[in-house]
Amino acid sequence: MTAEPTARARSGFRPALWLAYLVLALVVLAAVWPSLVATHPPDAIDLGAPVAGPSPAHLFGTDVLGRDTFSRVVHGARWSLVIGLGATSLALVVGALLGVLSASGPRLLDEAIGRATDILLAFPGLLLALLVVAVLGPGALNATIAIGCSTVPGFVRLARGQALVVRESGYVRAAVVLGHSPARIHARHVLPNAVPPLLVFATVTAGTAIISGSALSFLGLGPKAPTPEWGAMLADGRDFLDTAWALAVFPGLAVTATVVAVNVVGADLRRRFEGSPADGN
Amino acid sequence: MRGVARRVALTLFVVWGAATAAFLALHLMPGDPVLTMLGDALPPADRVARIRAELGLDQPLAEQYLAYLGRLVRGDLGRSYQLEAPVASVLGEQVGATAALALSGFGLALVVSVPLALATAGRRPALRRFVTTLELVAISTPSFWIGVLLLSLLSFRLRWFPVAGGDGVPGLVLPAVTLAIGLTGVFSQVLRDGVERALREPFVLSARARGSSEAAVRRAHALRHAAIPLLTLSGWTIGTLLSGAVVVETVFTRQGLGRVLATAIAARDMPVVTGIVVLAAAVFAVLNLVVDLLYQVADPRLAGRASPRPEGVPR
Repeated sequence: MTAEPTARARSGFRPALWLAYLVLALVVLAAVWPSLVATHPPDAIDLGAPVAGPSPAHLFGTDVLGRDTFSRVVHGARWSLVIGLGATSLALVVGALLGVLSASGPRLLDEAIGRATDILLAFPGLLLALLVVAVLGPGALNATIAIGCSTVPGFVRLARGQALVVRESGYVRAAVVLGHSPARIHARHVLPNAVPPLLVFATVTAGTAIISGSALSFLGLGPKAPTPEWGAMLADGRDFLDTAWALAVFPGLAVTATVVAVNVVGADLRRRFEGSPADGN
Repeated sequence: MRGVARRVALTLFVVWGAATAAFLALHLMPGDPVLTMLGDALPPADRVARIRAELGLDQPLAEQYLAYLGRLVRGDLGRSYQLEAPVASVLGEQVGATAALALSGFGLALVVSVPLALATAGRRPALRRFVTTLELVAISTPSFWIGVLLLSLLSFRLRWFPVAGGDGVPGLVLPAVTLAIGLTGVFSQVLRDGVERALREPFVLSARARGSSEAAVRRAHALRHAAIPLLTLSGWTIGTLLSGAVVVETVFTRQGLGRVLATAIAARDMPVVTGIVVLAAAVFAVLNLVVDLLYQVADPRLAGRASPRPEGVPR
């Protein structure tokens, strides 16, 4: 999107960007220290007010068990970040290792990793994650592993290409001439220099991973029942749409706000550290 | 032509790999499939042994694998543990509903994103900024939330559309819209990007010099150019449509492969899960092959190169 950057979009004060950082900071605060923000414990039951709309006592209303939706949304931040960022980190680490191994290892290994990546890429979209969850069973950890598996092929490809470039660089040749061992060269030069583009790529995939995590939870394949996960809360609210609109609005708003913030902040980080024009916004 | 043969071989390899991964998933799964199938707490041992022999589960793994591949080639995907029916016939019953959903979602996204991109490419800065913000929100919003909101407002409150299931067009509208929103966000970004790039090309200048109007330049020349990056997104698009179907069909309690898949995963009905996943992988691989070949026809400069993926678009 380079065509006509308006002056304001290019420099100076950008309220939308500040808002995105603020939202992300709040989500992180809610994830780290939920009791500071929440008004009720996430499992506290108010028998007097099941499926109620927003009120001063319950800011976002209550669910069918009379639990406070606002507090459950606050406590849910942790699960979305753990699954989304956990899956992204998993894909980043495994992808970096396999990619560098593929670029530097024996030809046969390179071929094996390359073809395995092709096969993983054969499962479109969320289907690989669904297959993995089908094998491992539902749960927060398994959902994280599943989404990590479906994200990893992109990282492997990128890391391999990057490692091939780094291997041809002057400083690696110098290290070879200096007689450093291959293991040391890879640990000190190839891996560290192959990683930054992967971090950039991670800012692109993190938002998708958060959405995938709450989608798995929505399908009942995420953390187990009383856990206040946003997707799971929406799935519960699905059954009370005729009476309680609040149950359908707030958990979804939380996912969307978080993902918009992650995407905007990610684009901003890419612009700062890469010096490339923003894609998206 | 060597490039084409290579692509076909790779496609066959990938389908075989997906089938093998599905076989491993079937057999790596903890728990006894026969017990899962029977569902009883303690079925009689002789019955378990009989079914195990019927399914060939008492054979060595390598033999089971060869038998599995042989059945797969003949279109036999095994039997559902829960639905008491061959997986292939279950898929046959459900594939129509999902295809209708995916095609209408895709069509809707195209119909909306083309005018959006043409109207905002390289002009109307205020509208352009508004539309790019909408696109960001569309991309960042989970489809299950869009579905739940539409249901809540248009089905439960206003009663314009059926609440659940619903055959024919009225039942298809909300699911298709839900599926289309995320796609529209990406399509309109990519198309506008392509149109803006095309508008800087010399052929646009020459078209203008011949007296073409702005609208004609955009529609006839720039849009055609911009369609190529959209083609490179086809893999992502198919993936989004297929996995979108899982979520959307569940939200709207609609018939289809996606809902059958979601139910089968929860029930650990592995033959259905692997059947759908292998089918999806095969369809995906063949469509990718077709698009790759089309791509070389559309832009001969790219012959023999893998299709590039535009930056910043997640898989």
